[in-house]
Amino acid sequence: MNTIDSVTTGLERAGYIADRQLATVIFLALKMGRPLFLEGEAGVGKTEVAKVLAAMLDRPLIRLQCYEGLDLNSAAYEWNAAKQMMAIRLAEARGDATSVERNIYSRDYLTARPLLQALELAQAGTPPVLLIDELDRADEPFEAFLLEVLSDFQLTIPELGTVAASANARPVVVVTSNRTREIHDALKRRCLYHWVDYPDIEREWKIVTTRAPEIPEALSREVVAFVQRLRRMDLFKAPGIAETLDWSRALTALDAMTLDPATVDATLGALLKYQEDIQKVRAGNN
Amino acid sequence: MTHLANNIVHFARILRASGLSIGPDRVQDALYALTLSGLDHRDDVKAALAAVLTKSIADRPIFDEAFRIFWRDPDLESKVRAMLLPQVESRAGQQKAPMANRRLAAAFFPHAAAKPVAPMGTQEIQFDAALTFSPEERLRRADFDTMTTEEWAEARKLVARLRLPMAEIATRRFVSGTRGTHLDFAASLRQSLRNGGDVWPLIRRQPRTRVPPLVVLADVSGSMERYTRMLLYFLHAISNAGSRASRVETFLFGTRLTRITRELHHRDIDQAVAKVEDRVSDWGGGTRIGPCLKSFNYEWSRRVLAQRATVLLITDGLDRDDGGVLAAEMARLKRATPQLIWLNPLLRYEGFEAKPAGVRAMLPYVDRFLPVHNIASLTELGRVLASNQRGTQHGTDRQLYASR
Repeated sequence: MNTIDSVTTGLERAGYIADRQLATVIFLALKMGRPLFLEGEAGVGKTEVAKVLAAMLDRPLIRLQCYEGLDLNSAAYEWNAAKQMMAIRLAEARGDATSVERNIYSRDYLTARPLLQALELAQAGTPPVLLIDELDRADEPFEAFLLEVLSDFQLTIPELGTVAASANARPVVVVTSNRTREIHDALKRRCLYHWVDYPDIEREWKIVTTRAPEIPEALSREVVAFVQRLRRMDLFKAPGIAETLDWSRALTALDAMTLDPATVDATLGALLKYQEDIQKVRAGNN
Repeated sequence: MTHLANNIVHFARILRASGLSIGPDRVQDALYALTLSGLDHRDDVKAALAAVLTKSIADRPIFDEAFRIFWRDPDLESKVRAMLLPQVESRAGQQKAPMANRRLAAAFFPHAAAKPVAPMGTQEIQFDAALTFSPEERLRRADFDTMTTEEWAEARKLVARLRLPMAEIATRRFVSGTRGTHLDFAASLRQSLRNGGDVWPLIRRQPRTRVPPLVVLADVSGSMERYTRMLLYFLHAISNAGSRASRVETFLFGTRLTRITRELHHRDIDQAVAKVEDRVSDWGGGTRIGPCLKSFNYEWSRRVLAQRATVLLITDGLDRDDGGVLAAEMARLKRATPQLIWLNPLLRYEGFEAKPAGVRAMLPYVDRFLPVHNIASLTELGRVLASNQRGTQHGTDRQLYASR
């Protein structure tokens, strides 16, 4: 991956049609070893970037789905207390207390969660693609904790020491956010920022034919034109690319050859997820 | 290379002057990024710089414009500065002398106390029967000059006395404690080893509690202006009440919606209010509640209501145009928040009925309907928020309201 063009073609081969801007940012993230911070509306293909990167680079993908209350135990590591207690009981039975003291806080009793897994894989020489998905869903304390991981690619475990990925084998980190709240500047500073926008009509058509090749060409052009028109309407939630693909597949499943009002009406639910939006489009459609 | 470095530094400086926050480390990154992306394609250079120098989609318009002008021709730099500087200077120029000056003036010349103003605060505010709301936007500045020392002191007293005690809600995050239902084995083990391993204290996990955020939507149209102005002081106090208090997002609306959260975070109340005054262009004008709520719902609700925020809607509901927009947007707002509280100064009138179309459209969607016209009603608001009876008071308030 030595040029921006090679990134573009690599992504395309893996099934992702990226615009030049996104390709440039991905290229830089790979070269500079920086996390990639992708923000954008739901369904524009942010998560997909990480999946495709893993396929393109032939690396394992480790995914950390964020939610409110996500804590260290489920994001980084957890001491396996049950196993530790078992070891203590066994050692007591053997009358061998010193081995317990030495071993009870060793790697054997640690359960690795996504962040630690990623760093350990990197240490072992196979740096993975680490996807931290929908970071805006996690709460702020978790963001603060991520700072160490994202800037130094290391994780400090008080009882064990520091696990660090070496500079030349760092995981490729992709952070996504739907922007339901602002992520703190300190975290964004450590990343390369890119706003993933809705694609233009040409690129969207290319995406549809790549990801849903079974759709007839004439229909695919109509579909894309229709969706592009919807995005210009005053809707509460404009359809993303994911919705375009869903809709294309729905129409193909119905053996539709062209778009007619009845079919559109019946399948609108694949495209729009708010009742008010559906009503508005129906009113305009008739 | 040094020439390029110089240009990047200048470019970053221009962006910084236009309000983007760019540290020196970012400049270094930008240079590095450019050596990687190459300088052959203008678009690549732009994408590379944008990736490093912007931190939000909101930065993009400024960045795009600056990039367009700056990188057209490096020699144009002085021109660019000339083009960008007036903006910067005008922003600086708008920094009004803090209102402390007016207080100072009043302190120095007490007898010159300008116009006689009905004292605000403890005394009931005379309701302006003229109901000066109109659909036209009157783009005029708020008239803060009428705020005298006396009035200001009343407001200060009000603010000093009031806190907004909010009931804490349980989060899904846990802390070690004594009252939890789950045992924290790892912590128990650690604790026992610390004491030699003989005694096993049982450490439990209990949910951490947190104050939910508060989102305030306040009406600044002609008929509401006085109340909202008084409330600004209150909002400033609760916005800066410290880390354990709830995060407050504040929006003002008349004919358009303006977010003033940032302005209110200014430590000095007078500077904060001056900044708000600068930002809000529709003080005392008409009111279009429906479209304003709509722009809140579309642009902000998903960003500020995500964490179980309570919404305070401060308006008299006197809106002319309805056409279903208002009811639809109220319904949407209600669905996005666990607790929607409507503060209406008209509610203190004995004979107040839900006659205006706006009030009728909004009422079905509010959880609490409370008066807001004096200190007592604000204290009542604090009591309601502290009671933790989220959305359960429908009946009582309605009855209360119906009995009037």
